[in-house]
Parts: sequence; structure tokens; C-alpha cells
Amino acid sequence: MEKIIELKSVTKKFDGVTALRNVSFSVNKGEVVGLIGDNGAGKSTLIKTLVGVHNPDDGSIEIHGKLVANWNALKARQAGIETVFQDKALCPQQSIVWNIFMGKELSYPFGFIRQREQIEVANKLIREIGFTSKLIDAESPVGNLSGGERQGVAIARALYNEAELIVLDEPTNNLSLNETQKVFDFIYNVKKSGRSVLFIGHNIYHVYDISDRFVILDRGEVIHMLSKEKVHTADDLMKIMRETIKGH
Amino acid sequence: MFDEDNKKSNLKKYFHKNGRALGSMGYFLLLMIVFLIGAPEVWIRPNLHQSVFVMMPTLLFMVIPLVFLVASGEIDLSFASTYGLSAYVFALIVSAGIDPILGLFAGVFTGAIVGAAVGALIVFGKLSSLVASLGVLFLIRGFLFVSTNSRSITLLEIDSHWMYPILVGKIYGFPVQVIWAVLFVVFSYFLFNRHVFGIHIHHVGDNEVSASQMGINVKEIKIKAFMFVGVGAAISGIFSTLITYTFFPTQGFGYLLLALAAVFIGGTPYWGGLGTIAGAVFGVGVIAYMEIGVVAVGMSGTWRQFFNGLIILLALLGHRLHGDRVR
Ligand SMILES: Nc1ncnc2c1ncn2[C@@H]1O[C@H](COP(=O)(O)OP(=O)(O)OP(=O)(O)O)[C@@H](O)[C@H]1O
Ligand SMILES: [Mg+2]
Repeated sequence: MEKIIELKSVTKKFDGVTALRNVSFSVNKGEVVGLIGDNGAGKSTLIKTLVGVHNPDDGSIEIHGKLVANWNALKARQAGIETVFQDKALCPQQSIVWNIFMGKELSYPFGFIRQREQIEVANKLIREIGFTSKLIDAESPVGNLSGGERQGVAIARALYNEAELIVLDEPTNNLSLNETQKVFDFIYNVKKSGRSVLFIGHNIYHVYDISDRFVILDRGEVIHMLSKEKVHTADDLMKIMRETIKGH
Repeated sequence: MFDEDNKKSNLKKYFHKNGRALGSMGYFLLLMIVFLIGAPEVWIRPNLHQSVFVMMPTLLFMVIPLVFLVASGEIDLSFASTYGLSAYVFALIVSAGIDPILGLFAGVFTGAIVGAAVGALIVFGKLSSLVASLGVLFLIRGFLFVSTNSRSITLLEIDSHWMYPILVGKIYGFPVQVIWAVLFVVFSYFLFNRHVFGIHIHHVGDNEVSASQMGINVKEIKIKAFMFVGVGAAISGIFSTLITYTFFPTQGFGYLLLALAAVFIGGTPYWGGLGTIAGAVFGVGVIAYMEIGVVAVGMSGTWRQFFNGLIILLALLGHRLHGDRVR
């Protein structure tokens, strides 16, 4: 199976706290990986290291089997990895369109942007992700949006950029049932198109439904990697999770 | 019915989007009206407006880049000394008999270097931009005093060079530097609102963490913004040396607070992520007319600062109508 990205024995410390200890982890082409673990287990740290936001203190990162040096967020995006961060990574005073194209603006030579084209795309995306209010358009500031709508913008951004791997850090937090379903539909569509997803969630049942493989993180260490064949029901997964927490 | 609603909401959107710029235009017009009513006979004298037109370009070259920097979430005070330093470099080269064109480039280059150094100090040294640039402000000014022995340099023959009329000459009495300033403002407007650099400035000032997570090089953007301020101050300083035929060691110091005032009167908030070029132009207009107008209407110059203070406070109160920072 082709590995899109792989972390090899990665360790990440934050002044004194070891957030990741000797973590090896990979995402294969076309699969949905569910990453689970308790609060503070290091899930967000893991994906931030993966997508170049954090520099690992030790270990290495490989893309398509090739070692990468000076991995950073820009390189990760150029390599086709898009992320919906837990904090959504939006700029509330800026318009929806500028947020959607943040860091990947459509531009002419010399860097002047294609504003009209960007607005058209953004308006289309807003309709696709289903904003209902007529007052909201591509040029409205993100700060005027509700939590769910902001999440929608963050997801629309990942959706637009045709990524090979989409990383979602608790994307269904503070979403309604209806909105949550939309996120899952989106993940199924990504999977159907042969792309990969790395999904972090606290709802074990949700994670079970959409994932092909589960990775359980506990206090900075990967303690289980299970393919779906080995875990027959969501309740089994729940049991495994409970046992890890009990072990504390 | 539906169309009408749409039109209304478009108008509302326009005001919402340009509120800060329109606000500072309002203050500018208000100031005009007050002067016009208060001292009409002075107001219709063309030489008053001419002096304002001479002063505005000098301020604009400093103020517009400051809008970029403030929108990126930083501040700089050192520009007032960079202004002097670049003029000094220019004056030294010209008085050594070297082609003033080279002096011009060297001066502007000096501004860029100082800007990069201040930016690097703040970004890599993780220093507060207010305090660090205050240090640089005094450091460079001190250097100017020491190395010139507090003496000025006069460049009497500079106007015989071909570039002089192109940069700061007069066409039928109209100062050419105004045209340069207009071009600079227009270019900066597009750079700020329609260029990747300007857009990244907005993102960095709005939410640094988000910007870097999306792959924007925050440090690079900030250093570039400081460099732009340095270059603007350099152009301004060299122009003023050209106009007055002199470099003097205190040159630019008086512009420190005026330029900053113009940025904030212009409607750019202090917290980053927002800024307005058009507003800054009106901010500069307000400052320039205050500086020249108060004296022209026969009030003693001692009133000037009082009125400047009053205007700043009123402007800030007015801009508060545009609301607090959204998060
Ligand atoms: N930037 C940081 N600076 C210092 N410590 C950090 C930082 N980011 C994370 N940590 C610490 O690293 C550990 C793992 O945090 P992380 O955010 O990765 O957990 P998580 O599994 O995503 O938790 P949650 O489910 O609550 O989002 C925590 O102890 C946290 O306090
Ligand atoms: Mg997390």
C-alpha cells in the first residue's frame, strides 16, 4: 500500500512536557484514518507535526517514501495536504473569500490577486456547504458568522484545495446534527475520489463509522493501531478506549 | 421590491466596508468647513493650500507604509530617524561629488536595511516593536548628532542635476512631488488590497497563529513591512533634503508623532488586521491643514499642538462607531 505521509519515531516536547513520545504513524493512499485519544493525549500535536506547524524534536518525516528536510506548513500544503485545525485557523476580521484563499491566493504574475475569480469560487463554495442566510456572501467578514458557519468556511477551504490528504481535527465540534451529517458526507466523497482523510474525533461512534483504520493515542504514545477488520463494532472500539483510560 | 432591498443592502455593505475611510474623509471635510467659516479670507488664499501640498507628499511617503505595518500588528517609531539617516547618506554622497542618482539609491537602500534590521530585531529577538523601535529611534538620531557634530550639510547645486525637476520641480507652480505621492498612494492601495503581500499583511495582523498554520511566513511578512516603512521614510527624507537643499541632524524628528497621528486619524485601528490607505490620505490631509492652517488663520503656533490633540481624540472617538475588534 502506498504511504502518503509517514512519521518515524517522532518526539515533540513543549518546554518540559513531552507531547509526543517516539510516535510512528502513517496514512495510506485512499484510506480514512481515525485518530482517537483522551483530552491532552497529543492528537492535535501529532497532526500539527504532520502538517508542518510544529517541528519535531526528534525523528523524521517522509512524503511518498522520501525523507523531507525543513518540513513546514507551506511545504505540506504544496504537497497536497490540507488541514481543518481544531481552532479553525481563520482570520475573523477578514472576508470569507480571503479566508478561503488564505496562503493560496489565486494571483496573476507579480502577485496581484484575481479577486473576482476568488469571489465567484467562494460564493459557489458557500452555497455548496449550505449557508442559509441571504445576508452572508463571500465578502462578509468571518467574524459575523456562527460557530458552525465558521467551521463550514474552514472545511470549504480544505475542500476547494483538491488535497491528496485532508486532515480534520475535531471538525464536528459545536455542529448541529444536520451539519455533522454534511461533514460526514464530505468525508465519504473525499474517500470515494480516492483521496485520504485523517480524522480526529471524540465521538467514538462517529469515528468508527467513517474510518478504515484506528489509531489510539495515549499520553503522547501510540498504543493501538487497529484495522477495521479487527474491530467488529463501535462498542468494541469503545471498550478498547475505556481500557486505555482505566490504565491511568 | 426585492431589487430595492438589494440596493439598500449593497449601500449598507459599502458603508460597512469603507466606514473607516469615509469617517476620516468626514473629519477632513469638517475641518475644511470649520476653517472656511472661521477664517474665509485666509482660506481662499492659494498659498495656504500650496504649503499644504508641499507638506502632504512628505507625510504620505511615511504614513502609507505605516498603515501596512500597523495592519500587520506591529508599530515602528524608528522611521523618524531613518528619515534623517537616509537624507544624511544622500547628502554625504552628493557633497562628495558623486552622482546624486547613486545617492538616491544609497539613501533608499539605507532605509530598507534599517527597516530589515529593526524588523529582524523584533521578529527574531522577540522584542516589543514599540520599545525596540524607540531604542533604534534614539540610537540612529544619536549617531547622526555624533557623526555630523550637530552640523547640517547644504547642497546648493543640487537643482542643476537633471533629476531635480523630475523629482521635486514645479510645473506652473505645481510641485511635482505631489504627482509622485499620488502614484505612490495608488500603487500602495493596490498592494494593500489586491496583492498577495497586502492580503498576507491583513492575515498576519488579524491572527498570526492562523496565518502561520495556513503556510504564511509571518516573520518574512513582518520584516518586509518594516522594510517598506524604512524605504518610505528614506524617500521622504531625501525629498525634503532636495526641497530645502539641506540635510540637518534633527531632520524628521518633528514628523514622528504627526505621521503616527495621521495613521490613526485615518481610521487604521491599532490592533492589527485592518487598515485603510484612502483613510490615511485624509488623515494626512487633516494633519497638514492643522499644521499650516492654525498659524495661517492668525492663531499663535502654540495652539497647534492643542488642536492636534483635540482632533486625534475626536477622530478616535468617531472611529469607535465602527466597533470593536471582532474575534
Ligand atoms: N503550543 C503548546 N505549548 C505548550 N504545550 C502544549 C502546546 N500544544 C500542546 N501542548 C501540550 O501538549 C499536550 C497534548 O496536547 P494536544 O493539544 O496535542 O492534545 P489533544 O489530544 O489534541 O487534546 P484535545 O482532545 O483536548 O484537543 C497537552 O499536555 C498540552 O498541554
Ligand atoms: Mg486537540
